[in-house]
Amino acid sequence: MSIEFLVATAVGVMSAAGIYLVLRARTFPVVLGLAFMSYAINVFLFASGRLVINQPPIYGKEVTAYTDPLPQALVLTAIVIAFGMTALVVVLALRTYLETGTDQVDGLADTPEATPPPPEETAVLGPEPPSPVAPSREAGR
Amino acid sequence: MTHWLVAPVLLPALLAPIMLLFLRKRLMESRVLSIGACLSLLALAGLLMAQASTGTTQTYALGDWQAPFGIVLVLDRLSALMLVVTALLALAVMIYAVVTGLDRRGWHFHPLFQFQLLGLNGAFLTGDLFNLFVFFEVMLIASYGLMLHGGGGARLKAGVQYVVVNLVGSTLFLVAVGLLYGATGTLNMAHMGQRVAEAPAGDHGLIVAGGLLMITVFALKAAIFPLHVWLPRTYVSTSAPMAALFAIMTKVGAYCILRFTTVVFGESAGPLAWAPAPYLLPAALATMLVGFIGVLGARNLRHLAAFSVVGSMGTLVSAIAVFTPEATAAALYYLPHSTFAAAALFLVSDQIARRRGAFGDALSPSPVFSGAGRLSGLFFLTAIAVVGLPPLSGFPGKLLILDAVRDAPGGWWIWGFILGTTVISLLAFARAGSALFWKSAATAGEIKAATPAAPVAAALVVTGLLGVLTVLTLAGGPITTYLNATGQQLFEAGAYGGAVLGPG
Repeated sequence: MSIEFLVATAVGVMSAAGIYLVLRARTFPVVLGLAFMSYAINVFLFASGRLVINQPPIYGKEVTAYTDPLPQALVLTAIVIAFGMTALVVVLALRTYLETGTDQVDGLADTPEATPPPPEETAVLGPEPPSPVAPSREAGR
Repeated sequence: MTHWLVAPVLLPALLAPIMLLFLRKRLMESRVLSIGACLSLLALAGLLMAQASTGTTQTYALGDWQAPFGIVLVLDRLSALMLVVTALLALAVMIYAVVTGLDRRGWHFHPLFQFQLLGLNGAFLTGDLFNLFVFFEVMLIASYGLMLHGGGGARLKAGVQYVVVNLVGSTLFLVAVGLLYGATGTLNMAHMGQRVAEAPAGDHGLIVAGGLLMITVFALKAAIFPLHVWLPRTYVSTSAPMAALFAIMTKVGAYCILRFTTVVFGESAGPLAWAPAPYLLPAALATMLVGFIGVLGARNLRHLAAFSVVGSMGTLVSAIAVFTPEATAAALYYLPHSTFAAAALFLVSDQIARRRGAFGDALSPSPVFSGAGRLSGLFFLTAIAVVGLPPLSGFPGKLLILDAVRDAPGGWWIWGFILGTTVISLLAFARAGSALFWKSAATAGEIKAATPAAPVAAALVVTGLLGVLTVLTLAGGPITTYLNATGQQLFEAGAYGGAVLGPG
């Protein structure tokens, strides 16, 4: 089995898992899905410079073949950004859950009896009008 | 090589950490510094625009690593125009945020604002695809903070969606970068354009897939149908000044579509020339329709404003999607107009909502509120601008687009949609205005204001934005001359590549 097949399968499986999880209704699977997608992308970016085994990325005197160093730098940047964003979205999801009592991504209440009433919004624009947001179409999962 | 070119990126990049580290608890100093920074950015952008208007494309090799090996910043007429629009809008929004006290409602407003400007200016200047990704991320991360600024449950809920949608968008961006890098072996856009032109036929599929994916990501930022769904909820939930600032964020998407397509899939790309164009036009027309139907169906002012942003993006991108120098020049006239008009609409809505107490910005008659006369005047002028009636710049904007697309394939579709949606939005704004002001005069009762009314200075900011639109109309001659030259420059085959990579 070639290494290309293995890497491609890994990217495919991780992307599929990521997309499936991102489409879930609750924040925790969505965060996991985003993490999976970023892993898939990191491996994919790495492979975009072609897969080479046992070759150095930088100049050496006796070296004739190299691996592409640029994707490695890109992956490094992508990892840092994805890591920071995952941290942000975790904090945001947690804060939303604590403030509104629901961890549904579309912001709908879980079940009427289990949900504490959301605290009064400290709106800048004055009180909310009667029906500020049209109910989302993905309701009721 | 002049070093001024890097200043619009450097200035906010230096100021933001300074404010974050040393001015965390000093609001007054932060405000002065912020407004000063916006003013200097405006001056810088004006200077760069004067330099760019000579027609030379300047480049700045960061760290003196020459293209295509290092990252280059590129300044041409289009970039300079976007810088000026950003700086003007940032100044207006910053003043509004300060006079209404938005920056007191949470931590780190001023540093976040500077980071946002850093991301915006960087995205407009960079000539490197991966660097564009990085500036996109800077811009988005700052926008997450600004969008959530002021807190509140509804804002947090909408914030989670906004963040998740944009994170998925960033992932797609990286996939597209990977595909294009894998197929062309470069990330410099000008270099990529040359490589695409020379690409063997076997790689065409991969290149088109990467390019279309890239356009998809930009369309997500630009809120093009069917990727517009995130926008209304985000803009409705955030504070009004931030919604006004985000009016430029959608334009970043439009700018990137224009830049990326003309440089990478330009005339010289041979069989791949204008590969994304056939998909863009139908999507833009659908966006126009969805946006203005949303305007008609809106039940409060903020929804009205948010959907009018979607609709105007449809109008803008439909003109861009034609990909001729004339239509691009017309689109670039409409771009600053729609940015400032949308910002003015959000700010007027905010002031009206503050005055109406419990009625907020719902489009239902309320008793007469104080300041209704002045606000109705502002709303009327803003509505004229957004709908595109004379005398404000929306009218010449739409007229220029209609004139430029007459001979283009699909041009009559654009005519039909622009004229039709103008009627729809005219209807919607007339209905909104009469519900807010005329019917209110006939409703008895009294308003108990829950939030402090915006000071007069806030109304002056809106007046200033309308003043910019007036200037855009009155100085239409010189401005269209500049924009026609911009269109020519963008479509001149090999000009961008020659400037970035040097001759030969």
